[in-house]
Amino acid sequence: MESIGVLMTCPMSAYLEQELDKRFKLFRFWQFPQRAQFLKENCGSIRAVVGNATVGADAELIDALPKLEIVSSFSVGLDKVDLAKCKEKGVRVTNTPDVLTDDVADLAIGLCLAVLRRICECDRYVRSGKWKKGDYKLTSKFSGKTVGIIGLGRIGTAIAKRAEAFNCPVCYYSRREKPNCQYKYYPSVTELASNCNILVVACPLTEETRHIINREVIDALGPKGVLINIGRGPHVDEPELVSALLEGRLGGAGLDVFEKEPEVPEELFGLENVVLLPHVGSGTVETRQEMADLVIGNLEAYFLSKPLLTPVV
Amino acid sequence: MSDNSTCSSPMEELHPIFLHHLPSSFSVLLKTRLQAHFHVLDPCDSAEPVSSFLASHAHSVRALVCAFLTPLTAETLELFPSLHLLVGTSSGLDHVDLDYCRRRGITVTNASVAFAEDVADHAVTLLIDVLRRISAADRFVRSGSWPVKGDYPLGSKLRGRRVGIVGLGTIGFQTAKRLASLGCIISYTSRSKKPSASFAYYPDVLELASNSDVLIVCCSLTQETYHIINQEVMRALGKRGVVVNVGRGPLIDEAGMVELLVQGDLGGAGLDVFEHEPKVPKELFGLDNVVLSPHCAVITPESFQAVQDLTVNNLIAFFANKPLEELAVLGTCSRAATALERALMLVGSATE
Repeated sequence: MESIGVLMTCPMSAYLEQELDKRFKLFRFWQFPQRAQFLKENCGSIRAVVGNATVGADAELIDALPKLEIVSSFSVGLDKVDLAKCKEKGVRVTNTPDVLTDDVADLAIGLCLAVLRRICECDRYVRSGKWKKGDYKLTSKFSGKTVGIIGLGRIGTAIAKRAEAFNCPVCYYSRREKPNCQYKYYPSVTELASNCNILVVACPLTEETRHIINREVIDALGPKGVLINIGRGPHVDEPELVSALLEGRLGGAGLDVFEKEPEVPEELFGLENVVLLPHVGSGTVETRQEMADLVIGNLEAYFLSKPLLTPVV
Repeated sequence: MSDNSTCSSPMEELHPIFLHHLPSSFSVLLKTRLQAHFHVLDPCDSAEPVSSFLASHAHSVRALVCAFLTPLTAETLELFPSLHLLVGTSSGLDHVDLDYCRRRGITVTNASVAFAEDVADHAVTLLIDVLRRISAADRFVRSGSWPVKGDYPLGSKLRGRRVGIVGLGTIGFQTAKRLASLGCIISYTSRSKKPSASFAYYPDVLELASNSDVLIVCCSLTQETYHIINQEVMRALGKRGVVVNVGRGPLIDEAGMVELLVQGDLGGAGLDVFEHEPKVPKELFGLDNVVLSPHCAVITPESFQAVQDLTVNNLIAFFANKPLEELAVLGTCSRAATALERALMLVGSATE
């Protein structure tokens, strides 16, 4: 398989690079500033693309690779892969579901706790020496608060189960109500937002869910409500979110994703009711290795004509 | 003062209770609530010196509320010859001379059940923060480093981590329940094995640490538990080990812990309490694998409300000659207490 060209779209995992190097002819896209020229010279040998949540495989790239047979994404979200184009051209697509579910769900709960209990502010308070002058103020309890989840897939369900251990009533919105589900369903995101204390975005990013968190939803969540986003930045109308937070129309936010990563609106840096993370939902040593193994496993299966492990297309 | 057995309406004759506190905005709220139900004797209300106030009022007092962490010595307690009930509003009672209370047969109650959930939540917050680097990553983003330095270093997964709970009282149990939902493997040590707990039991902290990746310290501070987490225990936890303390600072050999953290012989720490609050060892401020909070695990409006409810309910039950255990539970827990918890109401076993 060493002659099979695999194009990695951006740095994502040293371990994955190392393992791809061992098995295939690996091209690191970010090392070639003259992209058009690079593609022209090498498109004959590139049969696979490995992308992630930051840089995937859009129509332009797919068209530039006539020998492309498989896109193996180092992520579960596929909003950066032109799935329709892949279907059209017969290109297979795999992702990394399940292995990262726990980490993302843990982070969602961690963000709920961190925002409500102001842990980052508390830590800053101690490190700055302010504690010597007086105690920190009241924060809000998390246990028992109503958690509303947008998207009750693998990750949404894992978040719901964790919330239950904290005695949090759980409600949700999804495209269709789930049969035999013990959580309360709301047929619209605005209604969900009106009926929960903490709103968690856990659905895939598609045309329909872009800006699913808009002004109306933010207003419904209200000055005591908290938004947690562990989905994709474009799920949220970011300028609307920023102004709501600055004006006190929204109680707080825990954000792991942003519309234009790695750029984060600087107006948020001075707020004590937000927690800002650099897209670390699946960011543990253990999970990134499992994700990498799944990418390798899918590529090996494909080129050995075996069934794909986690195909989407 | 009134004889409680003839009291037919709570408003006609209010039972006297003594409020022992150092005034703060929080204790003022508690006092106002108590005044709705009882005749509150508070030396801070009087112009006379405390000793003279006590001489006038203490002799017939049957119930005393010790607010927050106001120290209560045997010397002071001796001035209350009729005292039967001491209501604490905190979980830990190391600021009260419990030996004296036991000798006198004074019933002591603490308030663990009122804010166990908040403390458990805080312990979980600290652990997730240390393992997933939440506060450190938040600093990274706010400093504008993300576009410049690229991806943040990876954290550690929670599922499968072996968590050892030091002290499986109300707080330890609530913490265990939450961490179990995150896939952690729970075991514990306690003065005695809890028959109703399904977690693995170790008879001492060292064995617990040797079989754990994380220690959550939530036992009470006594002479026996002072520095119970020492360097030997922390080394047994290992270089990737994490200690979380929501109990009392002196449960951990703080200088020893700082040394291990700085040397890289302990993986991380989440600390809400310190040996000499509000002083915190400066060496910790430069570490990203440490999360520090200013003894604020219970500082939420919900906990304060629950403590007030518990305090008032326990006092009402006492004056009505009703069992404290049962009534201490009503209206304060967000769920019905188990038999285990009811048995933990009184201080003898509650401060495990």
